[in-house]
Amino acid sequence: MFVAWRDLGFARGRFALIASVVLLITLLVGFLGGLTQGLANANISAVTPFEADRVVLAEPAEGKTLSFTDSRVSEQAATEWAAASGVEAVEPLGIVVSRVTAANDQEQTASLFGVDSSFTSISPDQEIPTEPGTVILSERSQEALKVQVGDQINVFGDSFTVAGVSRDAQYSHTGVIWMPLTDWQSTVAKQTASPAPFATALIVQGVPTDAAALDAQAKTVSNPVLLSLMAIESFKSEIGSLAMMLGLLLGISALVIGAFFTVWTIQRSKEIAVLKALGASTSSLVRDALGQAFVVLVIGVGLGIGLTIAAGAALPAAVPFVISPLTTLVPGIAMVVLGLIGAAFALGSVLKADPLTALNASNS
Amino acid sequence: MIELRDVTLTYPDGDGIVTAINGASLTVQPGAITAITGPSGSGKSSLLAAASTLISPQGGSVLIDGVVASGHSRSETALLRREKIGIVFQQPNLIASLTALEQLELMGHLGSTSTARSRSETRVKATELLAAVGLDGKAHKRPNVLSGGERQRVNIARAFMNDPAVFVVDEPTSSLDQERGSAIIELIIALTRSRNVATLLVTHDRTHLPLMDAVLTMVDGNLSVHREAAADDEEWMLVDS
Repeated sequence: MFVAWRDLGFARGRFALIASVVLLITLLVGFLGGLTQGLANANISAVTPFEADRVVLAEPAEGKTLSFTDSRVSEQAATEWAAASGVEAVEPLGIVVSRVTAANDQEQTASLFGVDSSFTSISPDQEIPTEPGTVILSERSQEALKVQVGDQINVFGDSFTVAGVSRDAQYSHTGVIWMPLTDWQSTVAKQTASPAPFATALIVQGVPTDAAALDAQAKTVSNPVLLSLMAIESFKSEIGSLAMMLGLLLGISALVIGAFFTVWTIQRSKEIAVLKALGASTSSLVRDALGQAFVVLVIGVGLGIGLTIAAGAALPAAVPFVISPLTTLVPGIAMVVLGLIGAAFALGSVLKADPLTALNASNS
Repeated sequence: MIELRDVTLTYPDGDGIVTAINGASLTVQPGAITAITGPSGSGKSSLLAAASTLISPQGGSVLIDGVVASGHSRSETALLRREKIGIVFQQPNLIASLTALEQLELMGHLGSTSTARSRSETRVKATELLAAVGLDGKAHKRPNVLSGGERQRVNIARAFMNDPAVFVVDEPTSSLDQERGSAIIELIIALTRSRNVATLLVTHDRTHLPLMDAVLTMVDGNLSVHREAAADDEEWMLVDS
């Protein structure tokens, strides 16, 4: 790194320029990552705390994709799953989006989650309603409806008493209201003017010996919790497009870094030939070139992450933006790794430089 | 000591082959300086490239301090150059980002690992060499603020950093005026004597040939004239023309 360090100081304008580009791309990646995570939370934060081995949905109709919205799991399917070898517990879960009104005329479109009072397949900090006619609101729903514990809310003509307010949970960009499964079934029956469904999904503890056979027999599709999230349409479409943008940005950053260092190395080709003629080992030249790229990347990415954190903290709370190691450090490390891969393309010029040309080179 | 034994070097040229060096042999003892002169395109630079291991001849052998230079891997050849050969380029070829002192210190950082010499020892040695070439006041100047003569002195001092056994010099006065050129030649001769290196120098400048221990003339790839410095200067000049 003897020459590399001194080059960094000597050509600081050029290196500052490329570090600024890296900084801006990191900022963009950080923003997009934070937004992706924020939007994801708004879609799935009610589902991710489920502590289960599998989430079971009804088999989609011909030509349809697996979907929480369309899923209607029968009681028969629940019984078959509960009886299967390897399965320890099966708990029904109902999900429906409905309009909710408070006595103070505040309204909200919320996701109603119906569970039995004995429901245990979720992290302990989530409160569950124990009495018929009561609901537990998520913080978001409480804020929207402006109600307190003991107040009444109205769901499709039925009144429910707010029995508690639990952690912030969202599903498909709506606040979640937890209610007893029986109440959920009657609400859905009213809302759809059709017979009450048993549940939307089954939350399963234990791994069945032959999940595929069980799915075929019960006409269900089962997946681990994280994989089941892809059956939430809004989550799938948002994450898909944002992940594609993130991937493209990371690819662009690798190309930009690669292009810069290729031009830089070509500019230095006579100097590299002189160093080789003086006896420089190829490994020392490669170490110099990659070390230089690493320093530029770490400075650019470091400042970019710092700016992302500062800007993210300044955003209004309403913006779905998450600052976490997943949205800052992980893309930052990816930027450095991909940038180094880009810079590695410039190594061809280093390896090919012919020391013989130093005899006729006319540097300073 | 540097020794070339029946060295032959050819280049492809269209459908044919050009013989750049045709069975050249020479020996330069430690503390002695041998000049090679001749017209442009006669093969002087090719001979210098072969002597400094920058190119491998198709025939014959090059021995640097008793070590056969051919048949090694690229990294082994680089190591041989780094440890045994000091090269002075026609143009100084200094690294733009380094000061005069750093141009010399660089020589301790060219290997896969730093040389056994410590950083402070390297600095002391570099400072001493800069003083030896008359640049003790210019140690912290970059190439762009040094004169042509000063840059060439740094070029020479750099070649001595790793205590080479062989000193290979390519047209060191080509871009300098007469006065500065003479000073550079005198410096090269003084360093050859004081540091006991075998010096092979390619030059067009006949002015300084009487100062050399031996003078060889290269014509069309043939090292055809070989005479001691004590002989009459006019004789070799006739051959060269």
